[in-house]
Amino acid sequence: MTQGEPTVELRRVTLGYGGFIAVKDVDLTVPTGTFVTLLGPSGCGKTTILRAIAGLVPALGGEIIIKGRRVNDVPIHKRNIGLVFQNYALFPHKTVFDNVAFGLKYRGVDKAAIEKRVKRALDVVRLPGVESKLPSELSGGQQQRIALARAVVIEPDVLLLDEPLSALDANLREEMRVELKSIQRTLGITTIFVTHDQEEALALSDCVVVMDHGRIEQAGAPEEVYRWPASRFVADFLGQSNLLPGQIIDVANSGATVRLSGGGEILVRNGAGAQLGQAVETVIRAHRVMVRPPGHETGPNLFDGRVQSVAYLGGMAAYVIEGEIGVHAINTIDRQIFREGDRVQVSIAPEDCVLLDDKGLRIGH
Amino acid sequence: MNGQGGWGWRAVKAFTVLVYLFMFAPIAVTVLLSFNPAQFGGFPMEGVTLRWFWELAANDMVLRALRTSLLIGALSALICTLLGILAAMALVRYEFRGKEWINTLLISPVLIPETVLAVGLLLFLRWLEQPRSLVLLLLGHVMLTLPFVVLVVQARLIGIKRVYEEAALSLGANRFQTFREVTLPLLMPAVLAGILLAFTISFDNVTATMFWRPAGVETMPTQIFSMLRNSISPEINALGTLMIVVTVGLPVIGAALARYVGRGQR
Repeated sequence: MTQGEPTVELRRVTLGYGGFIAVKDVDLTVPTGTFVTLLGPSGCGKTTILRAIAGLVPALGGEIIIKGRRVNDVPIHKRNIGLVFQNYALFPHKTVFDNVAFGLKYRGVDKAAIEKRVKRALDVVRLPGVESKLPSELSGGQQQRIALARAVVIEPDVLLLDEPLSALDANLREEMRVELKSIQRTLGITTIFVTHDQEEALALSDCVVVMDHGRIEQAGAPEEVYRWPASRFVADFLGQSNLLPGQIIDVANSGATVRLSGGGEILVRNGAGAQLGQAVETVIRAHRVMVRPPGHETGPNLFDGRVQSVAYLGGMAAYVIEGEIGVHAINTIDRQIFREGDRVQVSIAPEDCVLLDDKGLRIGH
Repeated sequence: MNGQGGWGWRAVKAFTVLVYLFMFAPIAVTVLLSFNPAQFGGFPMEGVTLRWFWELAANDMVLRALRTSLLIGALSALICTLLGILAAMALVRYEFRGKEWINTLLISPVLIPETVLAVGLLLFLRWLEQPRSLVLLLLGHVMLTLPFVVLVVQARLIGIKRVYEEAALSLGANRFQTFREVTLPLLMPAVLAGILLAFTISFDNVTATMFWRPAGVETMPTQIFSMLRNSISPEINALGTLMIVVTVGLPVIGAALARYVGRGQR
């Protein structure tokens, strides 16, 4: 697996149909062997990008490059890509063997080799021995594995997955997620994955590309995107966040102090570049807001509060806290869950705060 | 309401039986009388015989009409199916200017009274200064049956999701290979239905055929019609029975075939 050199590159690509621009001037680099996820709400253009890389949507502008070759004018059947759809799209009139062998037939592979490679592909997706079955005889999860086998058996330059897990039920989805990742790792195949499910995106990817309204809002490692959202949209879309408006009232070397409009002052560490008096929004992940019994901790950013409401989530609990500051918090339940009306202390680490300017863009790094 | 025993319900049952009697009694009578040995037959039947069928088999005019009907029917079915698949593919899978118009025009022969169509084609032929011929008759039948084939194939094609074709393309099959390997097999039940529909419609047609057939050429229905003008012979009953066997039997066989071809498909 050679990382670094890109397998897929988009250069200022614009996509659309019938006068509607779905994707505008997008740049994207997918290094060889990596798993990149396009994440965003429906209509953000993620599927359109995937289909453009596949060759199902023509580029109105810019360049699409696969393995150093400009493919804008290369028809889909000559692009050597593997495509997996949300609803499997297995050929219902062909057996599993014929489905998986389909792509090999058009690559001039001889019969014996086809048989060997189909068998190996079915082994990889852990469904050996189903060659003679029809797709309708398999469960949804099995069908999706066959679809995956059919796409990888041709050893494509890039594997394109269009929400492949969203037709499966919750338990199966999680299982398939783990498996998908391990298959991708085993084969070292460059993969572009489209989803609107952020958990999937964070769990699977080397790189998450968050999109909105046909533009890339942020691209980076899952942790980076989650912890340091580059914009208000990313902060809001990814995970549960508190977005607290306020004003910078003090700037020091290591950080800044924000007076929150809703009351209270909060010390943030990432204020590099913030100006005194600037209007900002402070982003704090609900998971990083610590709810403790009163008088439990010492340090900066301690607030007294009261539990306004509780939602029990199993291992976690989601609280709405009112008091010095009003925040949402999602915490692991340590010994006991706090009840409505309980007095609590809220603590927020300065390094868990991100500042956004009045355009909704992150200040500093 | 006292459910099944009520007089209203009984009336509905009786009425249903009457409706079915009205629909099927003439057919049953035709079939039964075709086995009646009497020359000027009526009920009660005097026995059972295949005599009228043998006489039919020896009747040159009838055989010639049968051959004509089979030929025209088969060719109409073939041409309509080819054209129908092509038209449906264009109308469902591609975007082009004037698509709605072409769609409407293709279907319009169903909406226009057959007599008008028949006269229209004849006038057109007169304008071209061409004589009536078998080819013209065939073209006429194609015009009459094409809408049905297009409708049937189109309906099925809309139901075949595009992702199947996209999957085939992504795996390296070109457009033609994709059509041959994926679209056509999935379309097969509709294609078979279209063939049968075209054949039976052509085989059955009377009105337009009367206008279009060249002098001296008869199809089965027009043959029966002209035989009726002379006399009511039991041969006609036998001929009718044969027609029923063909027009009912073919779709039944076709449906069974379609089920066989379509097995395993959702």
